[in-house]
Amino acid sequence: MQIGCVALAFVAWQTGSSSGALDPLILPAPAAVAAALGTVLRSGTVWAALGLTLAELALAFAFAAGSGLLIGFAIGRSPFAVRVFDPLLAGLYAVPTILLFPLYLLFFGIGPPSKIALGATMAFFPIVLSTIAGFAQVSRVHLAAAQSMGANAPQLFRYVMFPDAFPIVIAGLRMGLVLGFLAVLGGETLTSNGGLGHEIVTMAESLEPAKMFAYIVVAIAAASALNLLTSYAELRGRRHETA
Amino acid sequence: MRGNAGAVRIGVIVLLVLLWELLARRFGNPLLVAPPSTTLVTTIALLGDPQVTQALLAALRELAIAFVIAVVAGLVIALPLGLSTFWRGALLPLVLGLYAVPQVTVLPLFVRIFGLGPPTKIAFGVTHGIFAVILTVIAAARAVDPHLLRAATSLGATRRQMIVAVVLPSLVPSLFTGMRLAMSGVLLGVLLAELYVSTTGIGFFTQAFTNAFAPAKLFGLILLLAAIAIALNELTRMAERRFSRWRENPAS
Repeated sequence: MQIGCVALAFVAWQTGSSSGALDPLILPAPAAVAAALGTVLRSGTVWAALGLTLAELALAFAFAAGSGLLIGFAIGRSPFAVRVFDPLLAGLYAVPTILLFPLYLLFFGIGPPSKIALGATMAFFPIVLSTIAGFAQVSRVHLAAAQSMGANAPQLFRYVMFPDAFPIVIAGLRMGLVLGFLAVLGGETLTSNGGLGHEIVTMAESLEPAKMFAYIVVAIAAASALNLLTSYAELRGRRHETA
Repeated sequence: MRGNAGAVRIGVIVLLVLLWELLARRFGNPLLVAPPSTTLVTTIALLGDPQVTQALLAALRELAIAFVIAVVAGLVIALPLGLSTFWRGALLPLVLGLYAVPQVTVLPLFVRIFGLGPPTKIAFGVTHGIFAVILTVIAAARAVDPHLLRAATSLGATRRQMIVAVVLPSLVPSLFTGMRLAMSGVLLGVLLAELYVSTTGIGFFTQAFTNAFAPAKLFGLILLLAAIAIALNELTRMAERRFSRWRENPAS
């Protein structure tokens, strides 16, 4: 029945388009979008745009994960530091990150660096907050037990802290990656000179709605792939840890 | 110890602001960064500029309208889906499918349909906020305490009475949670649309200040918007705390 409902929506969309009820400049027919998708996929631009977007995301995520894990680890190990910094970071997180984008445009210009900065900021908060939470809930009893049995610092980290913190940290990393992707895409849509978001806006402005939808389909596919990939990685990571 | 941590936190904030002041004055390029003291003075001056306050008020109005629409429409959509297995099975996959779309990508489409004015910003705010309401209310409607339902049935309640007396009241706390999440969504949607449209409103000023290399004005405008966002978020958070208190101690 669910399939039936989705199919019904598609049929309504197609008949609406072919009967002229839907303005093709706003919502082109699914068949037109499918045809445009074929053209777009055969052209080289979509791969270049996708590559640029993913490269921006990779750098943004690297910055966010590097700083978030390091800072989160440093804060999370001390209960006092958690009480000082956790509310501060959570408070900053409540401010919509997108507000920083005009600043990044001023600092870094309209090229990829401003998108990387926006993506990194967006991804940083869930990563640092979950890293703090992860290392803050490491069992004190386990730590004391391992210490009394003569574990050194690297051993404590590898065998006690890391396994305890891992499930929460990995959830934060995943959230950071997904939010970072949305932020990079958002930055490209707002002001940019390349990437998937840029192509979508270009198609919208040059009145090529079918191609615009084709690019949107690519963006959705990329987002879903990222989601599936990271939840698979999270699941595997967890199973590995508990085994 | 608790007050101690709060004091240290304030110390950290003061230190960061001082550091910003010092670094901006010493090394900062005045075309790109402004120290906090200058930013503060400029922010107050901005509030005296009728064009800027008008843009801020317009944004605030868009936020309010979008929030109300998102909550009301969200409820209207969520109730049948929450109450009937048939409608949930039929329409929930569609809702989830739409929810998975990265919405920024369709922003140009919104501008095409709704133009450059407030309708685009309101509509984009609604689509960013509405899913939080729909999904929390559906989840809550499915999680109504079965004991209460059983009790109501055995006391002879009709389906209508059951919905009015049992289901709807038990949705209230989740609705407020949904409203808090909707507010952060609405903020994101409206601000995205405001920044995207650079011919009027907030987007016009952020672009003008950037092009004029006037960092103090840009910092000031962003601070004002951040203050609005924090205030609205805090408001919904307080409402949530107020209206879900009874849930935490069901014994009373």
